Amino acid sequence: MNGATPKVYKKKKGFFETLKGQGWLMVMSVPMLLYVLLFNYSPLWGWICAFQDYKPAKGIFGSKWVGLGNFQWLFSRDDFLLSIRNTLAMSMINLVMGTLSAVILAVLLNEVRNRAFKRSVQTLTYLPHFLSMVIVVGMAQNIFASNGAINDLLLKLGIVDEPVFFLGEEKMFWWLVGIINVWKEVGWNTIIYISAMTSIDPTLYEAASIDGAGRFQRMLNVTLPGIKSTFVVLLIMNIGHLMEAGFEIQYLMGNSQVIDYSQTIDVFVLKYGISNNQYGRAIAAGMFKSVVAIFLLFLANFIAKKLDEDTLI
Amino acid sequence: MSARAVKRKNKIHRDIAFPICNTIFLCLLVFVTLYPVLNTVAISFNDGTDALRGGIGLWPRVFSTKAYVSLLTDPLMYSAFFISVSRTVITTFLNVILTSMLAFALSRKEYVLNKFITFMMVLTMYVNAGLIPGYLLISRTLHLSKTFWVYIIPTMFSCFNLIVLRTYIMGLPEALAESARIDGANDMRIFWQIIFPLCTPVLATVALFVAVGSWNQWFDTQLYCGSKKNLYTLQYLLKMKLATTTQSANSAATSADALKNTTQTTPVTIRCAITVVSAVPILVVYPFLQRYFVTGMVLGGVKG
Repeated sequence: MNGATPKVYKKKKGFFETLKGQGWLMVMSVPMLLYVLLFNYSPLWGWICAFQDYKPAKGIFGSKWVGLGNFQWLFSRDDFLLSIRNTLAMSMINLVMGTLSAVILAVLLNEVRNRAFKRSVQTLTYLPHFLSMVIVVGMAQNIFASNGAINDLLLKLGIVDEPVFFLGEEKMFWWLVGIINVWKEVGWNTIIYISAMTSIDPTLYEAASIDGAGRFQRMLNVTLPGIKSTFVVLLIMNIGHLMEAGFEIQYLMGNSQVIDYSQTIDVFVLKYGISNNQYGRAIAAGMFKSVVAIFLLFLANFIAKKLDEDTLI
Repeated sequence: MSARAVKRKNKIHRDIAFPICNTIFLCLLVFVTLYPVLNTVAISFNDGTDALRGGIGLWPRVFSTKAYVSLLTDPLMYSAFFISVSRTVITTFLNVILTSMLAFALSRKEYVLNKFITFMMVLTMYVNAGLIPGYLLISRTLHLSKTFWVYIIPTMFSCFNLIVLRTYIMGLPEALAESARIDGANDMRIFWQIIFPLCTPVLATVALFVAVGSWNQWFDTQLYCGSKKNLYTLQYLLKMKLATTTQSANSAATSADALKNTTQTTPVTIRCAITVVSAVPILVVYPFLQRYFVTGMVLGGVKG
């Protein structure tokens, strides 16, 4: 490489000497570094409170130490264990339903030859992604109400005899969250797959046709292998997010009838931390979640390396 | 001979059948996507007591604009709309400027702090202190609660947007910045006069993401400004009007007067009207920006 000469020259210059010539770059970047240190890293200091009976009036230094007491308390509580279960269950359901629906829709869109039609379908299905969860839950309340559209349809088709109260059924809550998330994100999630599909060499399709492959065989043997690496990368990345089942939808749609199935770790943290002022315990719960999430990310990255895909960190 | 003809006929049959089924399915999907939205609009234009009977489809049964009239006479709506618009505009403006400057600095390979700062920025995607420590920092240490700035200051940075912008800037020809440097321009000038104007498409994407995120945010109002009515945002007003049944279990983090508001029974038509009002700005901006964001998503998705 002919870039080698300036590199040698640069190494001769000292670190601070080079830095002096880069004052404007520092002006552009260092304030944001300080910002991130304050808003993203300094709260980690608060994790100390997870080992204390933290009282804001007494501060970190004045509060009583309880060791692992907060964690013991958490794991002795049924509602915390249930919220771990709910978090994992909902994020799994979201992951499986979200990925499957996006892949299927992307494959189907890829088969559409009429560009205008394809574009309009894409544009319209991206739309719900931009609506806030408050709006989406409000709409879901209309649609799933006992006199709403879904119940009307089920009654007309004779599937049920009387209206189902979807929002008050424990067993349905997870699936409702899954369905609403699919409705909101399916179009958006196809973007990445469709862009992967556009990079598939068209001659592969031609070759497959010449070899006598039908439409479904081309989908199976050309399109799907073409998006395989994207699929694997996204899947692995999502393993790292298994502790994130979302929080808004459960918080907004949960109610006392379904609380055993709707409360996620985040909602638990909010309930104990903000409304009951049990900061130490809530921070312990949040810390547990973050630590498990980091562990999952390393696991995901390890799997990715083993599979010889792109590394994530 | 005839067997082959039948086979060919079947093949043609299949070749037509699939696109037709596919088109029908996709149309159905679009219908399912749009139905809840149109249904909400229809209910919002329906008469209040009639709407309680349910069964409204895509068109109001008893047309009425009462819900909108009552919104227009509510002073809280105006202040909420104003707060929502200002927080969105200010956040978007600051975010785009600050993030693009940062992205430019981190795209310069010769910058000696590049590796370190990039690492610290990317690490924010993995390290998360959790809700309560952040809450304590913002409300107790920085005393931002019950001020307008709580909507602006804590939302200044997103690593995803940084990656999108940085990837884009790194894809621009190196010679552009190089020739300006030879002409004696400093880095700030190179950024403002050469790089920034070239980034318009990706800046539009990032602006869209930030603006939507800010506009759709309701939780910070609840957490920090639940007792300050003059700082309510549209989304929070809507959140308070969600059907009361779902709220009973979630009385967390709301102050006394916020709770009073939630427990009032709100006619379903008014709730739908607020939904429409808070969704309209997005629906208006969306078509203009939508050609940009796909590029942005792909850029960010590949790297991030």
